[in-house]
Amino acid sequence: MTQSPLLSQASTVPAVQVTQASLIYNPLQAPVHALADIDLSIAPGEFVSLIGPSGCGKTTLLRVIADLEHITSGSVLVNGVSPHEARLARAYGYVFQAPALFPWRTVLGNVKLPLQIQGRSSAECDAIARQHIERVGLSGFETKYPWQLSGGMQQRASIARALSFEPRILMMDEPFGALDEITRDRLNEQLQQLWQRERRTVVFVTHSIAEAVYLSTRIVVMSPRPGRIVRVIESTLPDERHLGLRDSPEFVALAHAVREALADGHDE
Amino acid sequence: MTQSNSHPTGSSGLMTAGLVLGSLALAFVFLGSSLASNETPKDVLFWSAAAGLSFLAVWGIRRLAAIEGHAAFASLTATVFGLWIVYFWQLLTVALDVPRVLLPAPWLIMQSLWEHVPTLTRDFFQTVVKAVVTGWVLGCSLGFGVALAIDRLPFLQRGLLPIASLTSTIPLVGVAPIAVMWFGFDWQSKAAVVVLMTFFPMLVSTLAGLQASNRLERELMHSYAANYGRTLWSLRLPSAVPFLFSALKVNATLALIGAIVAEFFGSPTSGLGFRISTEATRMNMPLVWAAVVVSAVTGSLVYAILVAWERRIAFWHPSIRGQR
Amino acid sequence: MATTSKPSVSSIFPITVILLAVVVAWYGLTVYLNAPGAIERVLDALSPWTWQDLVNATLNMQRPVLPAPHQVAADLWTSLVDWPLDSPRNLLYHVAVTGESTLVGFAMGTALGLVLSICIVHSRTLDRALLPWVVASQSVPVLAIAPIVLVILGSMGFSGVAPKAVIAMYLCFFPVTVAMVQGLRSPQVIETEMMHTYAASRWQALWMLRLPAALPFLFPALRVGIAAGLVGAMVAELPTGAQAGLGARLLTGSYYGQTIQIWSALVMSALLGLTLTGIVATIETLVLGNRRQA
Repeated sequence: MTQSPLLSQASTVPAVQVTQASLIYNPLQAPVHALADIDLSIAPGEFVSLIGPSGCGKTTLLRVIADLEHITSGSVLVNGVSPHEARLARAYGYVFQAPALFPWRTVLGNVKLPLQIQGRSSAECDAIARQHIERVGLSGFETKYPWQLSGGMQQRASIARALSFEPRILMMDEPFGALDEITRDRLNEQLQQLWQRERRTVVFVTHSIAEAVYLSTRIVVMSPRPGRIVRVIESTLPDERHLGLRDSPEFVALAHAVREALADGHDE
Repeated sequence: MTQSNSHPTGSSGLMTAGLVLGSLALAFVFLGSSLASNETPKDVLFWSAAAGLSFLAVWGIRRLAAIEGHAAFASLTATVFGLWIVYFWQLLTVALDVPRVLLPAPWLIMQSLWEHVPTLTRDFFQTVVKAVVTGWVLGCSLGFGVALAIDRLPFLQRGLLPIASLTSTIPLVGVAPIAVMWFGFDWQSKAAVVVLMTFFPMLVSTLAGLQASNRLERELMHSYAANYGRTLWSLRLPSAVPFLFSALKVNATLALIGAIVAEFFGSPTSGLGFRISTEATRMNMPLVWAAVVVSAVTGSLVYAILVAWERRIAFWHPSIRGQR
Repeated sequence: MATTSKPSVSSIFPITVILLAVVVAWYGLTVYLNAPGAIERVLDALSPWTWQDLVNATLNMQRPVLPAPHQVAADLWTSLVDWPLDSPRNLLYHVAVTGESTLVGFAMGTALGLVLSICIVHSRTLDRALLPWVVASQSVPVLAIAPIVLVILGSMGFSGVAPKAVIAMYLCFFPVTVAMVQGLRSPQVIETEMMHTYAASRWQALWMLRLPAALPFLFPALRVGIAAGLVGAMVAELPTGAQAGLGARLLTGSYYGQTIQIWSALVMSALLGLTLTGIVATIETLVLGNRRQA
């Protein structure tokens, strides 16, 4: 596999650098420690999953990196700059839990949205959008409206939209959570293949152990009250993956390790 | 994503509110002072003081609006805004010597209100108590009854509903002279206009309300072998209550408008609409405004009463629960 | 409030039946209401008359209490056909006069409402200070202020279309503002956050997200607004000495006891109202036709 040009650039600057980050809601009345002293470094090209029970801070951490929320202490750097500057520089794409497609735009119109915001020419937007629609396997559906697509297709469209302006970092907040298992498996496979081709940095929040193990190069297990990292597990699986891998002993061992870490986090 | 330190809370909010109210008090003192009185010529001192007050007003309202926290601050902002508007209205109409015909000062309106209490009370009774209430009750009952009939007989739904919708297209202005011809000049013709106006909104809302109960609950009643009447009384009518109230509230405003405008067309010597139109022809603007104030206050009060009533009866509905 | 379902093929029969019932009832009511007047004025008190004579007389009176349907139809027809379009005897002339004021007022009121709602949504101060008053105005009989507006504008020298348009304007303005504020705020948090991640400016967020999301809220308010504007324009024609317009026709009809004239004007104004709301509804279908929740 030829190395993606993304990796050869700035491979020494971590894509995401979180140092002693804390987020406390309601500090005066009833403090809630959503994040407590988080230390995490993500190198470019990694696929990192954040996993943990509800309230462990995984979504909060993702939102902090995406400049949707602000930490109360510590530091967060994205591509070496603050999340705010990274956002203005359009350094990342964010995929929400729900597709959030605009019902008044066609699929093509929706994928063009970030490109239009960036001010690109109409012809450019059109060409780039069509390219990405093809990459997620939705060719032929450009003129359809969101409500004419199934849940899985809508989520694929929202991924195409997040990738359309070629951000170096992709952040995904339980993107496949609302889908049935069969669709989910298929989309996991497609995401894997996309990542193998392009080697973007991906930060992925999930509830599902199997999904985390299947997709990631590194798994970060978190636990709540206060939100903190319990363990970081490096994946021993090969880079090229296929769904059949899920029955292999390596996979099962990793899943077991994750499960143990989750249980530990729960007991503390 | 705004920073939290631009939104003061708690005690600093109280302090801001205090400052703002204090500045209002200062303004009123200024108004009463010799600088603002009718006789003193309006010179630079006056106008710079007025400009200073306007800056104070804008600053105060912006500060108040920025306060997070207790809901009372939000309504305080609106109230203070209203008070400042009335204040500058008074100040400018006196200072610029605006002719009474064009725009009377608030103080004159208050005086007129006070002087004409007996007249206005009679007008209130004629319009609101007789025409509006009668018409509103009749119109809403009629709309409700027809809705029940339509619900019972689907034939009527397909045939009657489109035709009933035509009643909503007839401008009330047109109905008023006909009503006068049939029912005479007195309040009955106004009530008739109100009935026509309130009928269709009530009909549509009741129908929507009757459909509002969920399939699951209706199947439950079916499993109890409850007949149509019982299901209606125990399930469908209670479910319809929020819709009924929304129509009652809209209809209250429509009824007031209908009665007042119908009186523009002719009325015995009393009534709020009559007062407004005849005094306007006589250019007695303070009294016209006073009658308008009475109508506006009536409208708001009736609405507030209906809201309070709704809160008691439909306490279970998410939209009411969410307000607590 | 729910919208009524549009009549479909299966409802043609019930509608026709009810319509026929209404027409029959109308004729019956005509005979009943006109009878006293007919007996008094038309029929000869001396020579005997039959029921047929009575019915005939009541259905063709000059100044009936309730005109028969055919009388109204005949009057409408003659006014539309027998007179040139710019003659005050032709109802379409009055329709044009009233319609013009309504449309001008409607356009101004909608524009003002749009601008103000955008300002309110983007300014916390306006939102807290001004919006409650706009909402409160909906429970107040705004039309009662019409005579005041007419007096003020009259003494400032405005006449003709302007005062009527101003009244129509502020009647349209309130529902449009309230509905647009609701609509501009309707996008969910997930959608506004998404625009935030694209580093979209406030203008871009307004143009690409909030305005399209607000359209389904705007159109019902436009329908209400234009109907209210029509009523306002007609009411405004009353005090101004009633020269032209449907409201003026109604007034002169009621002054001179010309019942049929009143009813013709009434039917025309209802038709005008239907046409105007129909146009708005058509535009709504064209603009929003493709939309459905995902």
